[in-house]
Amino acid sequence: MTETISSLATFIASKILKQPNRAITADESLISSGLIDSFSLMDLALYVEDTFGVRIEDTELNADTFDNLTQLASLIESRKA
Amino acid sequence: MTTFPERLKSLHSTPERVAVTLQFSNTDDLPITVDQLLRGASPYAGALAKAGIQPGEVVVLILQHSEVLLYAFWGAILHGAIPSIMPFLTEKLSPERYRADLSALISVTQPAAIITYPEFESEVRSALQEGDSVRQVIITNQVETSTELDFDSLLGFQRKPEDIVLLQHSSGTTGLQKGVALSHQAVFNQLNAYGKALTLNENDVIVSWLPLYHDMGLIAGFLTPILLGVHLVLMSPFDWVRAPYKLMQSVSKYRGTLSWLPNFAYNFCAQKIRDRHLEGVDLSTWRAVINCSEPVRWESHQAFYEKFKPYGLKLETLQVSYAMAENVFSVTQSSLGSIPAVVELDRETFMSERVAKSPVDGRPAMKMMSSGRPLENVKVKIVDANGNAVADRVIGEVAIQSDCMLTSYYHRDDLTQKAFVDGWYLTGDYGFMVDGEVFVSGRKKDMIIVGGKNVYPQDLESLTYEVPGVHAGRSVAFGMFDEEQGTEDVVIIAEVNSEDPAEQQKVADAIRLHVTKNSAIALRYVKVVDSKWILKTSSGKTARSANKEKFLAELTRS
Repeated sequence: MTETISSLATFIASKILKQPNRAITADESLISSGLIDSFSLMDLALYVEDTFGVRIEDTELNADTFDNLTQLASLIESRKA
Repeated sequence: MTTFPERLKSLHSTPERVAVTLQFSNTDDLPITVDQLLRGASPYAGALAKAGIQPGEVVVLILQHSEVLLYAFWGAILHGAIPSIMPFLTEKLSPERYRADLSALISVTQPAAIITYPEFESEVRSALQEGDSVRQVIITNQVETSTELDFDSLLGFQRKPEDIVLLQHSSGTTGLQKGVALSHQAVFNQLNAYGKALTLNENDVIVSWLPLYHDMGLIAGFLTPILLGVHLVLMSPFDWVRAPYKLMQSVSKYRGTLSWLPNFAYNFCAQKIRDRHLEGVDLSTWRAVINCSEPVRWESHQAFYEKFKPYGLKLETLQVSYAMAENVFSVTQSSLGSIPAVVELDRETFMSERVAKSPVDGRPAMKMMSSGRPLENVKVKIVDANGNAVADRVIGEVAIQSDCMLTSYYHRDDLTQKAFVDGWYLTGDYGFMVDGEVFVSGRKKDMIIVGGKNVYPQDLESLTYEVPGVHAGRSVAFGMFDEEQGTEDVVIIAEVNSEDPAEQQKVADAIRLHVTKNSAIALRYVKVVDSKWILKTSSGKTARSANKEKFLAELTRS
């Protein structure tokens, strides 16, 4: 779980926010806060699929499905199982 | 010459033809026949009449991708009112900013009514002020769903071809101050000339995900098909951005022939669509995908073609147009069926001497794609700073003349007068011509185009000054072309007094959030710097291009 979170945090900081040094905390809101915009959500979904072998459907790309790293990591873990 | 209502009436001679198919993310596709469209629209005309709205008055529509948006728009037309579609509040935008933008639009445009959903009524009412122009807020669930169609009772039939039929607003704070007013005649002149350039015919099917509050979506992806009797398949931009493959699936399912896309969408589709979403997809019916509304890139066409070639996409399907709301839409169009011209240029003389010369051996060259030739009703000339026409291959400002120009910037005669010089509309775009082909090479104004949306750096800079820790005059915004994304990325640099990295990070986050919530864009690059980083001109103004060069130099060094 911790590894998943840190891998996601690294991806978001470097590829989406273009600020590799930016720390993202596990409970920081990502979508509702506007930190990740709709175009970047696709990138995140593709990264999750390639890295963890878990699919997130396009209808799930919203703050109701996940809004922080803890929620996203749990979603990934639950689908891996 | 005709009017929108007259055209709708004549289209009703084939009432059962499907005019529009609406697509949604969670429900089945919804085909709407010409008869259903008119019967759905006529209650809105009735509601406007009952509310005392006069023909010729502006009605603002604040509605999402839906049947109701179609009915309200055409209902306003049938009543002879002037519809203007305003973007809906999205999750990312701050409601306060949205309200402020709406109030600004109301104060300039002076609409007599607003049509919106019951859930959104209180939001709309909170933007209204005592004594403003809005006399009625019409709520969609209080409008009858369908009525008898009685053309004789509809006031829209009294409109004349030269009357204003609709307003187009571009996004962004500055854009909201400028509604482009178009007449029935201007729109039909455009559609006739453009339809000819596209060899548009009744067998065509237009597939679009473009929002209707932009000219590309409103004209190419809405009015053109509906008024010319071509089947339109329409999906929501919000669904498309999460599932870009749906465009390909829809083209395959409905045997789509034409689509319009901004340049970034070519890269987005090429990079982000998975092959599993393309199983069984056949794109061989697509005869034109037209690149428009931001600078066109040959590389983006290549990437798109390579990705979708296995699914039947033909290279000559990829086309280009140069368009603007002030000319209703298209100014130029590449010739369908052949590949748009690409010229190779010597990079150095292009940048320093503003001339598009052929490449010289051993020196860096660059490729530029043509935007095609002017439509038959449009004249294009390239002019120097004094308004004199320049020779082929010399870069100057693009000036146009046509019979489909705007009537005015609505209630902004000052801007309308400034826009025309000796009967020519000065576009603010730089470009050059080679053998009748128009190449658009840059912009006069500091406008940034991100994914087809126009934003002004001064608006973004003003937003940063609202963030605690950033002082007025101490930030700079500019666009930086992103090769991978095929569009510009916005960069904001702001000076703060603190040199503490943690404090700087906090301000950077606050800027990113504030700008994203209060503008049309999502801000990615924020750089917080120590004081004295930003370069100023001798008169104390922020020099955007000098700061951009400094930023790029630091970026390549790091």
